Amino acid sequence: MITAERPSRLRAFTTAFLGSPTATVALCVFVAMTLAAIFAPLIAPQDPYDLRSVSILDNLLPPGETSFDGLTYWLGTDGQGRDMLSAMLYGLRISLVVGLASGVIALAFGTLVGLVAAFRGGWVDALLMRIVDLQLSLPTILVALILLVILGRGIDKIIVALVVVQWAYFARTVRGVALVENARDYVDAARGLRLPPLRILFHHILPNCLPTLLVVATIQMAQAISLEATLSFLGLGLPPTRPSLGLLIANGFDYLQSGRWWISVLPGVVLLVLVVSINVVGDRLRDVLNPHLRG
Amino acid sequence: MAEFILRRILQALLVLFVMTVLVFFGIHVIGNPVDLFASSECTKACLDEIMVNLGLDRPVWQQYLIFLGNLAEGDLGRSFTHGVPAMSLIWERFPATLELAVAALVLALGIGLPLGFYAGLRPESILSKVIMALSMIGFSVPIFWIGLILILTFSVYLGWLPAIGRGELVSVLGLEVSFLTLDGLRHLAMPAFTLSLLMMSMVIRLTRAGLREVMTSDYIRFARANGVPEYRVLGWHAMKNLLIPIVTVLGMEFGGVIAFAVVTESIFSWPGVGKMLIDAISVLDRPLIVAYLIFVVTMFVLLNLVIDILYSLLDPRVRLGAGAV
Repeated sequence: MITAERPSRLRAFTTAFLGSPTATVALCVFVAMTLAAIFAPLIAPQDPYDLRSVSILDNLLPPGETSFDGLTYWLGTDGQGRDMLSAMLYGLRISLVVGLASGVIALAFGTLVGLVAAFRGGWVDALLMRIVDLQLSLPTILVALILLVILGRGIDKIIVALVVVQWAYFARTVRGVALVENARDYVDAARGLRLPPLRILFHHILPNCLPTLLVVATIQMAQAISLEATLSFLGLGLPPTRPSLGLLIANGFDYLQSGRWWISVLPGVVLLVLVVSINVVGDRLRDVLNPHLRG
Repeated sequence: MAEFILRRILQALLVLFVMTVLVFFGIHVIGNPVDLFASSECTKACLDEIMVNLGLDRPVWQQYLIFLGNLAEGDLGRSFTHGVPAMSLIWERFPATLELAVAALVLALGIGLPLGFYAGLRPESILSKVIMALSMIGFSVPIFWIGLILILTFSVYLGWLPAIGRGELVSVLGLEVSFLTLDGLRHLAMPAFTLSLLMMSMVIRLTRAGLREVMTSDYIRFARANGVPEYRVLGWHAMKNLLIPIVTVLGMEFGGVIAFAVVTESIFSWPGVGKMLIDAISVLDRPLIVAYLIFVVTMFVLLNLVIDILYSLLDPRVRLGAGAV
């Protein structure tokens, strides 16, 4: 990858990505959902956190019912009389924030560990990779469960738990790519020019790890959102005052048996569409950026 | 060889030790369980008495040493809420979880293999594309939501299957199982299917990818050229090589399936160890939480150890590679 070629490469990449109609649709869906989440306070008919605007008299209305003061609940209301559409928009916001924040922190930390391991080698590499192996040998849900039992509830705590279960994937991926790059001629040339090691690491090796990292990050983000929803569903993730999509589904679970499907099913559909669209985008990125990663 | 196995065993023991420290001290950071189940008229003296009874008045490191000593004897303390040894609760509940996990494994192979085989043989057909799309969804969708949809469809609307519990049990060789009664099977169907989805998607992908690779290899061509019938080429020659990665991955995933059973059991109120854990967490039943975590981690470490050792017996490269690090 040579910097001077970048504009044309970007165009080639975009063309290749858009070559798959499924991936293009998935990308559009993801962008639309992100926008809806960002502008939730403007779009949502109701502020679900504002108790004054929520009327308990309106609870458990099926989709399309109208409230006493003329507001139509297109997607129904939940057990506390909250408008489902608004609750879902705000829930989507929280799910995305958690997925993005944990992904970015895990990416930064994992990348650092991976680069150090690859660049230093020797016992540092061996030790770090042992820790990574240990981390990856335990199922993510188990590690996250242990951490959340210890840490308690809260948006910061679930982000910590998700970072802990994710960083090792980034570390291992970056180490692998960095080792390959480290052995290339251009890095030898940079060494021959007596460039400082940190400069080689961050200006030469890191940029070449980015395509692979992008793929891993996308897939990890989908995983994180899904895991957060699962943990919240178990009552371990977020506090009930600010429900994410997972918590909304959990709240609706109690009403499922009595046939009030919309409270659980609708946030579930949103979650499903979100996670699947991110995964489809990730798959396409992998095919376009690095065909060797298929598998 | 002996050195490799010894090294792996030591490593496993180290992991277990680190986990006991983490879990034990971690659990002690969280709230005081006494507040939760002492009655409201309980005075300071009565609170202190409970603390002494539970051994919570000692310093934490002393509590840890006692815990470690007891652990060596297989005693993980008494559950606060049930008043019986935590380990006996786990052993009592574990067969239910194991049955669920094994049923999920059987479903994953029973459904995943044929579907993956079809998709591998006819990669361009529409049905194959549908199968692959479904396996993609199986990977992406949080399984608890699938469980909800199943309950809604089969219990609430159709009324075919019961949504909660384990159903009628029969005792086989001292083990209570439910898959031998019709009622038990009806209870087992939805939780097992929900739990199997992830493995099933994996089996479909592995089978398809493996089959496509195997079918172009020389030995298959040779078998065909020799006039070996097609069903035998596929069902015997191709299958033998296909199964190796599938068995490996499933073996490694099995511990994860048991851990993931926490979610499935909560949805379907399946009386296994996972449901027990969630209940224990909600009442802060420390010994039970610690016992569960130690139990699952131990099982996991042992499973990995066995797979590693088996692998090193089968493939010398693994052994030599590990020795070089």
